[in-house]
Amino acid sequence: MRILSKIFAARVWQWILLLSAAVGSLFIGVADVSLWDILFADSERLGIFLVSRVPRLCSVLVAGSSLAISGLIMQRITRNRFVSPTTAGTMEWCRLGVMAAIIAFPDAPAILRVFVAFAVSLFGTSLFLTFVSRIEARSIVVVPLVGMMLGGVVNAASTFFAYQYDVVQNVASWLQGNFSLIIYGNYELLYLSVPFMIAAYLYADNFTIAGMGKGAATSLGLNHAGVVRVGLVIVSLVSSITIVEAGNIPFVGLIVPNIVSMFKGDNVKNILFDTAWLGAFLVLLCDVAGRLVLFPYEVPIGVILSVIGSAVFLALLLRGKRHA
Amino acid sequence: MIRLCNVTKRYGETVALSGVTLSLPTEKVVALIGSNGAGKSTALNIIGRLIPASAGTVEIDGKSLRDWKSNELAKRLAILGQTLYTPARLTVEELVAFGRFPHSRGNLGAADLRIIDDALEYTGISTLRGCFIDELSGGQRQIAYIAMAIAQDTKYILLDEPLNNLDMNKAAKIMKLLRTLVREKKRSVLLVIHDINFVSFYADYVVAFKNGALKYSGKTEDVIRSEVLRDVYDMEIAIKSYRDKRLCVYYE
Ligand SMILES: Nc1ncnc2c1ncn2[C@@H]1O[C@H](COP(=O)(O)OP(=O)(O)OP(=O)(O)O)[C@@H](O)[C@H]1O
Ligand SMILES: [Mg+2]
Repeated sequence: MRILSKIFAARVWQWILLLSAAVGSLFIGVADVSLWDILFADSERLGIFLVSRVPRLCSVLVAGSSLAISGLIMQRITRNRFVSPTTAGTMEWCRLGVMAAIIAFPDAPAILRVFVAFAVSLFGTSLFLTFVSRIEARSIVVVPLVGMMLGGVVNAASTFFAYQYDVVQNVASWLQGNFSLIIYGNYELLYLSVPFMIAAYLYADNFTIAGMGKGAATSLGLNHAGVVRVGLVIVSLVSSITIVEAGNIPFVGLIVPNIVSMFKGDNVKNILFDTAWLGAFLVLLCDVAGRLVLFPYEVPIGVILSVIGSAVFLALLLRGKRHA
Repeated sequence: MIRLCNVTKRYGETVALSGVTLSLPTEKVVALIGSNGAGKSTALNIIGRLIPASAGTVEIDGKSLRDWKSNELAKRLAILGQTLYTPARLTVEELVAFGRFPHSRGNLGAADLRIIDDALEYTGISTLRGCFIDELSGGQRQIAYIAMAIAQDTKYILLDEPLNNLDMNKAAKIMKLLRTLVREKKRSVLLVIHDINFVSFYADYVVAFKNGALKYSGKTEDVIRSEVLRDVYDMEIAIKSYRDKRLCVYYE
């Protein structure tokens, strides 16, 4: 109860904004569906609504909030604001995993792809963290650049194997995240991310303390390496689930926690809700924008977020430099 | 009681600490002194299990450091390192509240909140409680970390150069606070400190290191003497009487 009242306290405007954007998004699309049709149960229009629009909205909200939370966890356990699933190569490892699963088990269910992507990205992200802990110049900016470089290499390998095994078509659809293919019955795996968001809340203080450094964590009786491992598992799983169901949704985990941090600080427990909220809101806005800019055509959300995300990332880099 | 037996620390070729055997008195302010690189931080960090010893054993209250569960030890021993840096943007109050983590595991009760308030009050930073630590001055930030260690409310408090960045007034206040904690709450304080006049005025017991070896340990009045200090710091230090204390003069 206390948690619930905390979530609702003084957040009325946040709920209003999100809900109105959410409801609005239900009525935007190529097929014309109006409130009228829903109320009077025009069966064909209602069908579009329930099979396509509502699942799409749900998946946008879940993917946005869980990606933002993974980014927050990643930034705390690496103690670096510029590290996120996008800039640490996690997403690229996921994609490599998905492709490996497609090649090895072409007819396997989505859950198996998630599992392989999870295993591969957990391995890859751990490798990245070990690597950056070894390099000398651990500058705050060098770390994400190394991650993106490594991600590029992994990407090249994925593409190579995709050509080799003639699955380019399949893999291309994972290049740019896209919610337009989501319909009732094929997206429900995304809800697997929800328990991990709850786990993140229960583990929030551990992540904040890990972000204070190894010494502080040890002094407070925490096993720093253990917290990092738990964080990596959550981040890899959420990224894998999202990539398999919706494709690569870049930069959400990078920019959302940074924006929240400017206003509310970095205490994970305090900002978890705001991070999830802004992640969901941002992805929802971009998804709607994608439907509107070239109407009646759709721009994949991955493209829109890449543009917005890299611009904000650059701004953050410059700002970081000024504050250094 | 903290006991070191033959504790050695090597970093490749360098021997940071060589065969230190030592028992530290409880319910005292104990100062670790020595020149730069003498091994003070190494010793403190080994006792506070931030780094492992290469050889030898450390015992805390009769139990080897290895056998302590980390959360149980965190309720008994707090350590503040020499370099304090947190990239996370936390407010002073949030930082100090994390000192309660070993006890509360994140669910702060009324008693925890009172201890946090007290720690802020004692260290004189109540007015800064809502400020982000990355927007504080160096000394203010230092005090916030000290308040966090105090909020941990442990029997042993280990501090590595806690007076860094503090003005004389704040430094004296922190030392008096440590004395009060020893007297009223039966705490045992172990701190690395360079200003030997603060040692002379506020410490009960002094341990001196030189080149990784234990050089002297004893009551403050036995260690704050010209011949001992000359040996420890390789310089002439004159000792003057001031009230009932000794004042060290090291300017030429
Ligand atoms: N991580 C490390 N790697 C290699 N050598 C180290 C490391 N940490 C400390 N040393 C060496 O161990 C010796 C003791 O270092 P320590 O930090 O204990 O000195 P200190 O007495 O605390 O000095 P200061 O007063 O300057 O803080 C030094 O010679 C130092 O070079
Ligand atoms: Mg030192």
